[in-house]
Amino acid sequence: MEFYRCHVLVCAGTGCSSSESEEVRRTLNLEIERLKLDKEVKVITTGCFGFCNLGPIMVIYPEGTFYCQVTPEDVKEIAEEHLLKGKIVSRLLYRDPEEDIQVTDFEKIEFFAHQKRIALRNCGVINPEEIKEYIARDGYYALGKVLDQMTREEVIEVVKKSGLRGRGGGGFPTGIKWQFAYDSPGKIKYVVCNADEGDPGAFMDRSILEGDPHSVLEAMAIAGYAIGATQGYIYVRAEYPIAVKRLEIAISQAREMGLLGENIFGTNFNFDIDIRLGAGAFVCGEETALLTSLEGHRGEPRPRPPFPAVKGLWEKPTLLSNVETFANIPAIFLHGPEWFANIGTEKSKGTKVFALAGKINNTGLIEVPMGTTLKTIIYDIGGGIPGDKKFKAAQTGGPSGGCIPAQMIDTEIDYDNLIALGSMMGSGGLIVMDETDCMVDIARFFLEFTQEESCGKCPPCRIGTKRMLEILERITEGKGVPEDIENLEVLAKTIKNASLCGLGQTAPNPVLSTLKYFRDEYEAHIFEKKCPAGVCQALLTYIILAEKCKGCGLCARICPVGAISGKPKETYVIDTNKCIKCGTCIEKCKFGAIVKE
Amino acid sequence: MKSFEELKELRKKLKDELINRDDEYAARIEVAMATCGITAGAREVLNTILEEIKLRGLKNIQVSQTGCPGLCYYEPLVTIIKPGNPHYVYGKVNSERIKQIIAQHVINDQPIKEWLVNLE
Amino acid sequence: MKGNCQCTCDFSNEDPRIKELEKIIEEYKGQEGSLIPVLHGAQELFGYLPEEVQIYIAQALNIPLSEIYGVVSFYSLFTTEPRGKYIIKLCLGTACYVKGSGKIMENLEKELNIKMGETTEDGLFTLEGCRCVGACGLAPVLTVNEQVHGRLSPDDVPSLIRTYRLKETQES
Repeated sequence: MEFYRCHVLVCAGTGCSSSESEEVRRTLNLEIERLKLDKEVKVITTGCFGFCNLGPIMVIYPEGTFYCQVTPEDVKEIAEEHLLKGKIVSRLLYRDPEEDIQVTDFEKIEFFAHQKRIALRNCGVINPEEIKEYIARDGYYALGKVLDQMTREEVIEVVKKSGLRGRGGGGFPTGIKWQFAYDSPGKIKYVVCNADEGDPGAFMDRSILEGDPHSVLEAMAIAGYAIGATQGYIYVRAEYPIAVKRLEIAISQAREMGLLGENIFGTNFNFDIDIRLGAGAFVCGEETALLTSLEGHRGEPRPRPPFPAVKGLWEKPTLLSNVETFANIPAIFLHGPEWFANIGTEKSKGTKVFALAGKINNTGLIEVPMGTTLKTIIYDIGGGIPGDKKFKAAQTGGPSGGCIPAQMIDTEIDYDNLIALGSMMGSGGLIVMDETDCMVDIARFFLEFTQEESCGKCPPCRIGTKRMLEILERITEGKGVPEDIENLEVLAKTIKNASLCGLGQTAPNPVLSTLKYFRDEYEAHIFEKKCPAGVCQALLTYIILAEKCKGCGLCARICPVGAISGKPKETYVIDTNKCIKCGTCIEKCKFGAIVKE
Repeated sequence: MKSFEELKELRKKLKDELINRDDEYAARIEVAMATCGITAGAREVLNTILEEIKLRGLKNIQVSQTGCPGLCYYEPLVTIIKPGNPHYVYGKVNSERIKQIIAQHVINDQPIKEWLVNLE
Repeated sequence: MKGNCQCTCDFSNEDPRIKELEKIIEEYKGQEGSLIPVLHGAQELFGYLPEEVQIYIAQALNIPLSEIYGVVSFYSLFTTEPRGKYIIKLCLGTACYVKGSGKIMENLEKELNIKMGETTEDGLFTLEGCRCVGACGLAPVLTVNEQVHGRLSPDDVPSLIRTYRLKETQES
């Protein structure tokens, strides 16, 4: 078959024939011959395009360029410019007078309109593998200013004044942490960045490391100067290979320019950073477990106090903060602590990054001022729930957090309000659930997670979460007994009070918060043996709706266990004793006649 | 880097370069290349861009990568910047689409409206 | 595996990977907290961490073997079993779970005829669940070695596996 680079469609409908299209075609063929394009360009005469008032019309593929009101004189230009050189003749293009393209800045898109990007200020804006782009956006200026003009005490004062709180979960005031580490005696101190972002559904730290790694390096150096450390470590998940690569590049570029290493900016301040990889243990996101892992051991937590700021890595005073917290630091020094403290609510200053995922139209990473309502996040930024389903709850704080139910959608999100609701900020994963998600099943999912990730050091967490999981599994399998709810509550209290570290202390939260807001769902599972959301397989029965079934028999043919029977053109029936609830019939039924209840 | 003054000078120089670099290229193409973008196929798109530039012998086209702007649902994202023009952001770009975007927008200044993310 | 090693392992001193391992150990030796980086390096070389390799590291770093085994068994990324050429890790994070990763796991198990955590007989595929890979915006997500596949539906499973099988036959 011959291959043509280009196809030209010329219309030969009545309308066009009357407006010189015959002449246009003739000229076109002559031009193609003249330019020796006949092997590359094929002319096709077509019927009417329906745009007769704009005829003659010419369409050129593969681009699909649409020329209208083409005169024989224009043809020469089209042939020379477009067919030969590939350059579109724009003056002949069809233009809808009302449809001129209006492009806006990124910030004007609804998705960005409600956001304020501080920690994410450079993400998606600069090339993360090019230090010069960071410097052009005021990178390392804060470090320069700090080393050139400020005492260590002044630096700590700025962080305190800003009101910044730890973005990794607990929300501890960052400035006070810096003060503790500064006050701790000792010649050797460390700065550690927690990049072991383990909460499922949270990916802001990954995004910052991949999009703006230098902001974290710069902040760590500032922290090092303030507390008197010369060595920093970034503990990053091995599951984030791209983040690791970008960090490596960033560190070597910073070293090359003398922004890390000895005598930074000609001062006597030395600071360097190394990367350490995690190895797939969720508990290492807990600060003491992270330090144990950094030391090369099983990542088991240790009792606090002593806090890391007093006795941390290799028993030396250690300042440990997460990626997002660090990413805020350079901006605070550039714009001043007052600027930062003016954003947000009374007790939660600045912004928070949330990872929007789950049943939401605009999944993505957003940064909003503290105090933004859940409603704004889900509907104005997130674009609402797909398929016009009903919003049921938002899960925040991952396995340590809880659910915010639909009736609380006007809550202003900050640290304290979330804790009052029985959830927590956590690292900022925000997973949206709709009416088809079963809250008991979600609680089971999280317990399964924490149970598996429990390090096993302390019994309340190791054994307690196991017992809770067993009860939840029983409930979702339709074998729940009335005392289960009370037992869950008793267990939850014990685990919260008696566990060694944050993992255990917060593990019951998903159960407690779903019990608080969705107790009726637990009760439906236990007493009526029904799953209202239609998720828990064991509690569902598949039935064929008589009014919709056409009697085609397809379901009976594909049922793997022969549970469906019937006669053609009559309603088929599912034998619930045989049915294994695989769902194949629902997928295949063309009439939507099979439902689960 | 020996002093804070030196950084200030470098920053000024780089900022000026940023403003002036508009004149140095015909178009700048930025691909969002974080894990999410790559998962959605950004690497393939980037490779196609480089191939197309070579194939068509395009001159003065600058290709760069950025991190994630947060619009995961539109990934892969490609931004086309031409001197004096606003930034055009394309969403859900694939190899086929980027070829057309290069042909129509980069070469012929005809942005493809249907695929743009940042429309008024 | 040093000189007069008595074990019946498959790794002789001639194994070029041992030389590589020596280099890695040399790089970290003497540093505090060197064990985990060395184990990462060793697993990358050998694909897994068999007893012989653990013994070798124990001797070279002068750390008790029991401690090394303790660390290896603690972290989910370290494995003591050989794995397939293509390691399929399905994300079992919340966002993926809510978007139906459970059904995808079912289909993967069906398609590969193995359970989660197992390797196919031909040594081609290992099927694992993993924690959030941080591409929640594209859930559900799975990774095959370094390659991440997103926006999956259960129906995509057969063609995905076919692609890798095809790749394999083309290579051989």
